[in-house]
Amino acid sequence: MNIKKIIINNVVELLRQASCELPNDVVKALRDGLKNEKKGSIAEAQLAAIIDNFEQAEKFCLPMCQDTGIHIYYVEFGEDVNWLRGTELKKALCEASKKATIDVPMRPNAVNPFTNMNSNDNNGRNIPFINWEIVKGDKIKITAFPKGGGSENMSSLGMLKPGEGLIGVKKFVVDTVITAGGQPCPPIIIGIGIGGGADIALKLAKKQLQRTIGERHPEKVIANLEIELVKAINMIGIGPQGLGGITTCIDVFVEYAYRHPASLPVGISIQCWAGRHASAVFDSNGNVKFLRK
Amino acid sequence: MSVVYLKTPFIEKQIRNLKLGDSLYISGTIFLMRDEAHERALKLFKEKIKLPFDIKNLAVFHCGPIVQKKNNNWKVLSAGPTTSMRMELFEDEMIKNYQIRVVIGKGGMGEKTINAMKKYGAVFASFTGGAGVLLPAKCIKKVKEVHWLDLGTPEAFWVFEVENFGPLTISIDAQGNSLYKKVNKEVDKGRVKAYKYLGINK
Repeated sequence: MNIKKIIINNVVELLRQASCELPNDVVKALRDGLKNEKKGSIAEAQLAAIIDNFEQAEKFCLPMCQDTGIHIYYVEFGEDVNWLRGTELKKALCEASKKATIDVPMRPNAVNPFTNMNSNDNNGRNIPFINWEIVKGDKIKITAFPKGGGSENMSSLGMLKPGEGLIGVKKFVVDTVITAGGQPCPPIIIGIGIGGGADIALKLAKKQLQRTIGERHPEKVIANLEIELVKAINMIGIGPQGLGGITTCIDVFVEYAYRHPASLPVGISIQCWAGRHASAVFDSNGNVKFLRK
Repeated sequence: MSVVYLKTPFIEKQIRNLKLGDSLYISGTIFLMRDEAHERALKLFKEKIKLPFDIKNLAVFHCGPIVQKKNNNWKVLSAGPTTSMRMELFEDEMIKNYQIRVVIGKGGMGEKTINAMKKYGAVFASFTGGAGVLLPAKCIKKVKEVHWLDLGTPEAFWVFEVENFGPLTISIDAQGNSLYKKVNKEVDKGRVKAYKYLGINK
């Protein structure tokens, strides 16, 4: 049994799933959005096209959007894993990104910022980017999270004054969504990270984009903030593709870290409607469990 | 709002007749350029060097497609619009220098482009962002040519033969009207509502 080969092949499958099959929770949210829009409106037509598109993508096994993202992974590495070195896993993930570029296929999206040369294999300095977390157990959970550029360009970081408080946070979120308008391909999913520091707030924000639509934060206060923000954002009227309508976002997820007394960082990460991600758990016997939503 | 079918090359008068909200279908030739290809096309114009393919009176599609080369032929697998606002840096000059008549993309464009469209006779036609599968399956007949592959496949200068490419929504017309500006007025009201609901006082 070649564990590295098993990982490469199955991570290619994760990248294929992420690119071609929209998770069921996102599918449901978009279908619900369609029902809410006015009959005969541009918003309704835009959502209908989005739905037609992801249905065909899944049927013909094609990437639903031509932008198949920059390659990011989230790895939960069991502290008792003695069957694979972290450095070997890193190599396997880089290899999987290369293979998926040809096999899925995914668009080559790794460009040297100095020479503008495309590596053509979705590999390059610090790309794929791997987020590591040590967890209990002897298994490895891998999430493929190819992130699109249009929505990523609308990310925002606010280093608020602590005196601006929660109201300041809410205002920053609303203003960021309005500035983004139709550019991140709404209906969007919004990840918000509060506290920690500049990088921590943004990291927490982006991580939230993997949560299941409708899944509320375990702390009541945060859960209520999420619900409140969804309602407020869908009052704005940006609508699907920024052409007006009700469904600007399909969910808002908030996470926080304790803050420095002098800082109130707010990171906002935006996901386009193509909520691409797929996870699987690998064990020492080479078993792979896909965690389909 | 009407449904309009046009063949390339476009005639300025046809383009000036298009109205906000019209559905447009294009048959003939379109070309793909994004950030880097726009920059290069403008640089070549300045240097008085002809482009490898004549784009006069055609439509530019803001798109970096997923393509596959099989038996020496390019196949387009996924091709939807990218955010057009990035090309705001270049599009007015492109319209002026190359008589681009239709700009296909998503999310709208800014004042510079709108003014050039009004002056020279061009429109912005939007397609649903992220809907990468619909156009290749139904409307893209073949890849006629590709140039500048040194920029990588997403940024290369592609030329497609298309049939009934659409439906595209005319969201900026040649009179300077913009559907996005209309939405922005609604969004200004929406911001007030959202602020009020969240208890924000300004």
